[in-house]
Amino acid sequence: MLKRHGVLPGFSITLGFTVLYLSLIVLIPLSATFLKAATLGWTGFWNAITEPRVLASYKLTFGASLAGALINAGFGLLVAWVLVRYEFFGKKLIDALVDLPFALPTAVAGISLATLYSGKGWAGQFFTPLGIKIAYTPLGVVVALTFIGLPFVVRTVQPILEDFEAELEEAAASLGATRWQTFSRVILPALLPALLTGFALAFARAVGEYGSVIFIAGNIPMVSEITPLLIITKLEQYDYAGATALAVSMLLVSFVLLLSINALQRWSQLRRT
Amino acid sequence: MSAIAAPSVPARRVNVEPLPVRWLLIGLALLFLVGFLFLPLAVVFGQAFSKGWSVYWAALVEPNALAAIRLTLTAALIAVPLNMVFGLAAAWSIAKFEFPGKSLLITLIDLPFSVSPVVSGLIYVLLFGLHGWLGPWLHEHDIQLIFAVPGIVLATIFVTFPFVARELIPLMQSQGTEEEEAAMVLGASGWQTFWHVTLPNVKWGLLYGVILCNARAMGEFGAVSVVSGHIRGLTNTIPLHVEILYNEYNTAAAFAVASLLAMLALVTLAAKTALEWRLKQQATQSTPLA
Repeated sequence: MLKRHGVLPGFSITLGFTVLYLSLIVLIPLSATFLKAATLGWTGFWNAITEPRVLASYKLTFGASLAGALINAGFGLLVAWVLVRYEFFGKKLIDALVDLPFALPTAVAGISLATLYSGKGWAGQFFTPLGIKIAYTPLGVVVALTFIGLPFVVRTVQPILEDFEAELEEAAASLGATRWQTFSRVILPALLPALLTGFALAFARAVGEYGSVIFIAGNIPMVSEITPLLIITKLEQYDYAGATALAVSMLLVSFVLLLSINALQRWSQLRRT
Repeated sequence: MSAIAAPSVPARRVNVEPLPVRWLLIGLALLFLVGFLFLPLAVVFGQAFSKGWSVYWAALVEPNALAAIRLTLTAALIAVPLNMVFGLAAAWSIAKFEFPGKSLLITLIDLPFSVSPVVSGLIYVLLFGLHGWLGPWLHEHDIQLIFAVPGIVLATIFVTFPFVARELIPLMQSQGTEEEEAAMVLGASGWQTFWHVTLPNVKWGLLYGVILCNARAMGEFGAVSVVSGHIRGLTNTIPLHVEILYNEYNTAAAFAVASLLAMLALVTLAAKTALEWRLKQQATQSTPLA
């Protein structure tokens, strides 16, 4: 008994408060949502989440999230590599600014990206002559989801790369491997768990994202309407059942992603030790 | 290999890419960051001042903007301290004691981070809204939570729920219980031990969590948007006010108000960087003692 709880006081009161607060704020409201969805019955639920407009929104949400996370996997690895391995002017500042998408409110990111990538925007004007429209198309959704997922891969890969032992690379090089072979066969496999974790985190964040997307998306039903926006649309039309069914389907996806990310993180910790 | 060359030179050379490759990689990384990081930030300030200082200033002191600022500060002032107390209590029970179901509890605390902001707002509408579980009862007693300030506060608490706890739990776990036990054995009370031993040990981590929690609380858009009802001057927070101005094609004013939030983000990043440096120093200092 003494050994289990030591001599420190306050166990029951802090744990009690933790569980009570968690239940009131998180668990009860979430359960109420699942109960509400249960009142629809299985067919009602299934019909609500397989309407054509809903299916189109899933396709866009998951497709654009996947594209954004893939872009971030590639460029995130590159940014982490450059920040860890090379010296250049302004490196410290850039390193600190990588977290900007975490700190910048999503609505601000949304209006800024929409302005930047519109046909006459600072960046959009270079794509207009090529016939590429970014803002108010599905491509704009990918841009917004790339922005909000940017820090994840950089921040998961960076520490692994910093701790990477130079001896392994030297050994590979002295055995005659080219630089590319050393990278692809020695360094990349060691980074893989962290890279996958970062990718999954960026994807999970993108799937639920709302604020940064709606300003740049154009929000045309069947074309550029993301699932979270469709939930709000249904809510505004007093279609509570439809909104709830969609929310529950999103929650289930989030939980599956959360579990896979936990598993990935355990795997990368195993690999590190 | 010439005799003058130090043995480390060839070794280093094989582990560094040739100069053109290095420049190419740095260039590509910078190009990506310019398009996705620096330009979006620059656009906010560029557009905010596009019509001069007077328009900028007028957008900030207009009554609806002031009301939005007041509401955002109120919501943060309620949500952040509550989640701070929760974070301290959760970290104390999880880090200092052993009990079954601990890892499940940690996962549940992290749950709000994986819920879409829109769904985070919706769950309270389904609970307290007119068509929700408790809606009819609340209506009978003339209590309005949704499309009113309490709903905004609730949604803000939900989305910022894990910030302090997830910062403190690993930190307090790594510090163990020896110092607290020593204080207790020497006759300190539970509160004294907490105030004089635990709190000084975790103060930088606590501040770190509070700063991130506050940034999200003031900037939250999706969850608050669902429960707010968008009543001007009454239930609009700063991000919602930005949305309305932008949708009215009042671009300069929208970006002027948005620049407040961008400045908050930059201050948050600066504080975060400084605190990370502090925490790293603290970790290296405490290792020889342990």
